[in-house]
Amino acid sequence: MEASALSHPVLRARRNLTDRLGDPLLRGLSGLAAAVALAAIAGIVYEVVHLAGPAISEFGLGFVTNNDWNPVSKRFGAAPFLYGTAVTSLIAIVLATPLSIAISIYLTELAPRRIRRPVATLVDMLAAIPTVILGLWGILVLGPFMRDTIEPALNSVLGFLPIFGGDPSAFGYLTAALILTIMATPIITSVTREVFETVPGDLKEASYALGATRWEMVRQVVLPYSRSGIVGATILGLGRAIGEAIAVAQVIGGASLINASLFHTGGTMAAQIASQFQNSAGLQKASLAYLGLILLIFAVVVNVIARVIVQRGKLRDIDVTPTEAEAL
Amino acid sequence: MSPAESHALLLDRGSLRRRRRFNRLVDLCASAAALLAVAILLIVVGSVLLKGAGALSWHFLTTPSGLFGDTSGGIANAIVGSAIIVAIAAAMAIPVGILLAIYTTEFAPPLIAHPIRFALDILNGVPTIITGIFVYGLMVAGNKQSAFAASVALAIVMLPIVARTAQEVLSLVPETLREAAHALGIAPWRMITRVTVPTAAGGLVTGSLLAVARVTGETAPIILLSSIVGQGVLTDPSEALASIPYFIFQSSESPSPEAHTQAWAAALILIAFVLLLNVVARAFYARSRKRMEA
Repeated sequence: MEASALSHPVLRARRNLTDRLGDPLLRGLSGLAAAVALAAIAGIVYEVVHLAGPAISEFGLGFVTNNDWNPVSKRFGAAPFLYGTAVTSLIAIVLATPLSIAISIYLTELAPRRIRRPVATLVDMLAAIPTVILGLWGILVLGPFMRDTIEPALNSVLGFLPIFGGDPSAFGYLTAALILTIMATPIITSVTREVFETVPGDLKEASYALGATRWEMVRQVVLPYSRSGIVGATILGLGRAIGEAIAVAQVIGGASLINASLFHTGGTMAAQIASQFQNSAGLQKASLAYLGLILLIFAVVVNVIARVIVQRGKLRDIDVTPTEAEAL
Repeated sequence: MSPAESHALLLDRGSLRRRRRFNRLVDLCASAAALLAVAILLIVVGSVLLKGAGALSWHFLTTPSGLFGDTSGGIANAIVGSAIIVAIAAAMAIPVGILLAIYTTEFAPPLIAHPIRFALDILNGVPTIITGIFVYGLMVAGNKQSAFAASVALAIVMLPIVARTAQEVLSLVPETLREAAHALGIAPWRMITRVTVPTAAGGLVTGSLLAVARVTGETAPIILLSSIVGQGVLTDPSEALASIPYFIFQSSESPSPEAHTQAWAAALILIAFVLLLNVVARAFYARSRKRMEA
């Protein structure tokens, strides 16, 4: 931004040397920093494609549907890991979204004003726990609990469904999905809570004035008003769940095949890279990079969609007109 | 929905008692959900505290870890390694992130600032394991692992966190302060370095601390970039260095209960550091907000 006062020739002449150097220097340096960020994105795409090159030319698009992962016969396919990523992240999102909405309702409508901030801070802190520690907890605390309590219970009630069939085990899709739920919940909550807070008070009061109970007010005012924010938050949480490598690698058991039972061990794209990349070479390493490329595409697409939706929701908040408010 | 419609809807919904009862049920569920989230935090932190505290000793903190499988050692090398890796990452990411934020809030026209912001969000959404693959291809392939490579990866993870918080606080700096500086005929770069940045300093510190807290526990890139380490306390960043998250990861995968105990103890150190940084960061932010609003 150029200050208009400085464009006057007399003032411009008075600017001393440091100012004449300082302005372009700061502008240049800061512009360079922006270029670094853009270069990082371009570099990531280039390197992942480059490393995946041999696998791309060897397997082509068939990589996606091939469910073989065999270092001995050098046949590699992404299907088991696409399945694992889809199953674990979807379960995580299905569990985390209603949980996050409920937490946000509690934090914006229900909780006594004094404890709102401390509780919100505690929920945020859940996101600060390093994932490797969540994984450790998953291996040694949650896993055994799943094997001894939750999974036998699910099996005895819903065991006729193939997904709840099979022997309970500490490691597997379900344990991984629960760890991802714990990771996604604070992320979804922080966005939904923010969106809930933007719901105009007069809309809420109008609903109460019509005799609505708190839940009816939430269902008729808060939720419709926040719909795009909730969807965006959910997709954002999905992006986080898809990309998590460490905690999942610790608890999913590292099997390279598709299992119908959620109790069974499996693998996800990110976890497979984390557990095999350093000890692989040649075509296997390239195949892992190919998995990385698929994961990268997923992550970018998911994030773009989420940002656009959240952004659109925010824009709507700004120019909410009386007629629009009535439409709710 | 028009008022008449929603009124009709309310009448249609049956007895007041049933509606009230349902309302109470939802209240209960919402409270239970919040309680569950807080409980999980307490259970995880409690597990770490309970199982880690016993193994924590001066010996554990000051002895380097032994060969794999030998659990008589400690995590001195991992503490030193983590400190070096994170310090180098912070030294790269914090200045670049803050400069980037200055560019988008002070110099760039909206048409450029907006896409950059979007790009930062995308960068923030890139899984850290992918960042690891990138730096592997850039620095390690055909070469060897190094702590410096790990630092570069962590710096890329930090960059969007630092830059986005910095953008947010810089845009909170009151326009009146900027106008006052302009009215004095001060050059833009002086206004930025003497007025804008100092006013936002608390928030800038917050973003930086949160980013440090976030990457100190980051494990995925370290596995690819700095995991094959020599014995003893090493300090040369051109070599692979041990780190606390990787120590936890490795010990957690081991079948031996002694290794698990060590993992819990290391987790206790890590979680204490990360949560402390988070608390300090929040305090800075609260103070700086108050100052700007005053």
